[in-house]
Amino acid sequence: MIWINQIVQGVLLGGYYALIACGLSFLFSVMRIVNLAHGSLTVLAAYALFWLADRFGVSPYLGLLAVLPAMAVLGWLLQKTILERSTRSGQLVPVLSTFGLAIVIDNLLFQAFGADTRSLAPFVGSLSYDSWDLSDDVSLGRLALITFLTAIAMLGGLQLFLVRTPLGRAIRATAEDPDTVGLVGINAGRVNAIAMSIAMATVGVAGFFMAIRATFAPYAGAAQLLFAFESTVIGGVGSLWGTLIGGIVLGVAQSLGAQLHPQGFLIAGHLTFLAVLLARLTLTARGGRLSAWIGGAR
Amino acid sequence: MSAPPSFEVERWTTASLSSVVAVALMIAVLALGPSYLSDNAIDKLTTLFVYVVLATMWNALAGYAGLVSIGQQAFFGLGAYFAVRLADGAIPVYVALASAAALTAIVSWPLSYFMLRLRDGEFAIGMWVVAELFHLLVNLDPLIQGETGTSLVELNSYGAAARHAYTYWMALGGMSFSLLLLFALLRSRTGAGIQAIRDNEEAASSVGVAVAQTKRLIFVLAALGAGLAGALWLANAITFQPKTYFSPQWTAYMIFMALVGGLGTFEGALIGAVIFFAIEALFGAAGVWYLIGLGATALGFALFLPRGLWGWVEARFGLSLLPVGYRLRLKRASSSLAETSRLGAQQPRRK
Repeated sequence: MIWINQIVQGVLLGGYYALIACGLSFLFSVMRIVNLAHGSLTVLAAYALFWLADRFGVSPYLGLLAVLPAMAVLGWLLQKTILERSTRSGQLVPVLSTFGLAIVIDNLLFQAFGADTRSLAPFVGSLSYDSWDLSDDVSLGRLALITFLTAIAMLGGLQLFLVRTPLGRAIRATAEDPDTVGLVGINAGRVNAIAMSIAMATVGVAGFFMAIRATFAPYAGAAQLLFAFESTVIGGVGSLWGTLIGGIVLGVAQSLGAQLHPQGFLIAGHLTFLAVLLARLTLTARGGRLSAWIGGAR
Repeated sequence: MSAPPSFEVERWTTASLSSVVAVALMIAVLALGPSYLSDNAIDKLTTLFVYVVLATMWNALAGYAGLVSIGQQAFFGLGAYFAVRLADGAIPVYVALASAAALTAIVSWPLSYFMLRLRDGEFAIGMWVVAELFHLLVNLDPLIQGETGTSLVELNSYGAAARHAYTYWMALGGMSFSLLLLFALLRSRTGAGIQAIRDNEEAASSVGVAVAQTKRLIFVLAALGAGLAGALWLANAITFQPKTYFSPQWTAYMIFMALVGGLGTFEGALIGAVIFFAIEALFGAAGVWYLIGLGATALGFALFLPRGLWGWVEARFGLSLLPVGYRLRLKRASSSLAETSRLGAQQPRRK
């Protein structure tokens, strides 16, 4: 039964990973940008919520009403000041510029808030530890379940948005060919800025859940970035549902790894990531449909 | 002017010849350092040599092979770890330090088959994941005692002065070796391929450059350099804490040096290392604000001067001090106005 519990907890943890990967995966698939500041921006949103709650007594739920639009505006600004310029100079410059940005954000947070670890858990009542016991060994955390459902809703919502709405189609078309969309009356710069705003709003949601489920500190962004990235790549770049699957695979692997060895949690996650890369490599060499599935839509 | 313009191909200019001689002389003077420099100066210079190795190798990887890695601390940490491991196994400590670098390169070879499949940003963070994995695995070694770490106690068999001098010479030798190896490589036939890949990978492939093998060569070379740097850092710092050695800050330093000096130029990495060394000496005490400044400067260069200081000088003045390319000099009636244009380096970056 202990193993079943580990798998259940792993799946729920996967929901959390899918949630923090959402913005990264979205940007990656529609703008071909790997945002290395993704984790740091998640932590930034968490600090914004913490600051509102700690300083002004604003409940984190109400705080979201302020922080999500603020993140969206920040996304727009980042697109206009940094990303637009970087992407013009090639595929590699955004990697460098967003890495520089991450260093700046991390250290500014350290300067502003110090090294103490923080959490939003005290501000949301009993949400962070409520749970339902399914049996003696298996229990479902309420927060974990809400996180999981939020991930599904957010990824599903984005998928529907991209496929069904005119703006979603414009975003996909811009991703496909930013020069040609201009011919059919789409302002590529504006569309990309909107996409970045949406991605940053999802980062705000991710920051909210990160801050409630555990503690965070100024340099916590790197770990979040790696988990988000692993979920995205395991699930297949370019597929939002794949990111959910990738998150679950990562969560289950870590959860089982922790059961096997005290240090196994992170090691199992990283090894799974590399194993998926290896599998993809051998399958791509052979060709076939399975590789297309594992590789995701490119 | 009806005759077709005649031209000659040149590689060495007076400026570049004299600068190469100057570099050689400088290394010779530095080699005698322990006889006239204080212990403190020796330590500082050792640090500078390690920075030069880091900058040069990251520049080779990102600037030439187009492989931006955020995970070179994987090899930096591994180099230091192997040195600790080998020295514990009763291998003479300086032999252990050198072998550690070679072992790191050997590890990177099979790894390249995985990682080089990834593109651009995926490769960048993928390498970071590898670094985290190496970190966690090194922690499992009982000798390291997890994050507590250990020390290279074998160095205590030397007196303080001798230890400083040996480490200094090893760092100087390692740096000279790295620079010479890269200089020779870039001037060879393979080097022409490397520079072609830098300018346009698809085009290089179409004219018969073996892109995959060339990138693998650079990847392994960069791992060798980072491993060497890690081992040297350990020889200077003596303590080995996995968290310090496997920290992404090393890659941040490498990026800063290569980006500020000039990505994809041989001279740029050297200049970047010296600038970084100076900035650290001046502002390192400022702590967090120093790091914010580093990040912001790197960001600024990425946005506004992606070819760095030397890239700007090169484009502005057509200057090349350590020539790894060829120049085409047009012969005109008024030879004083002869225009030169560099082959290779001045092409616009690939899209």
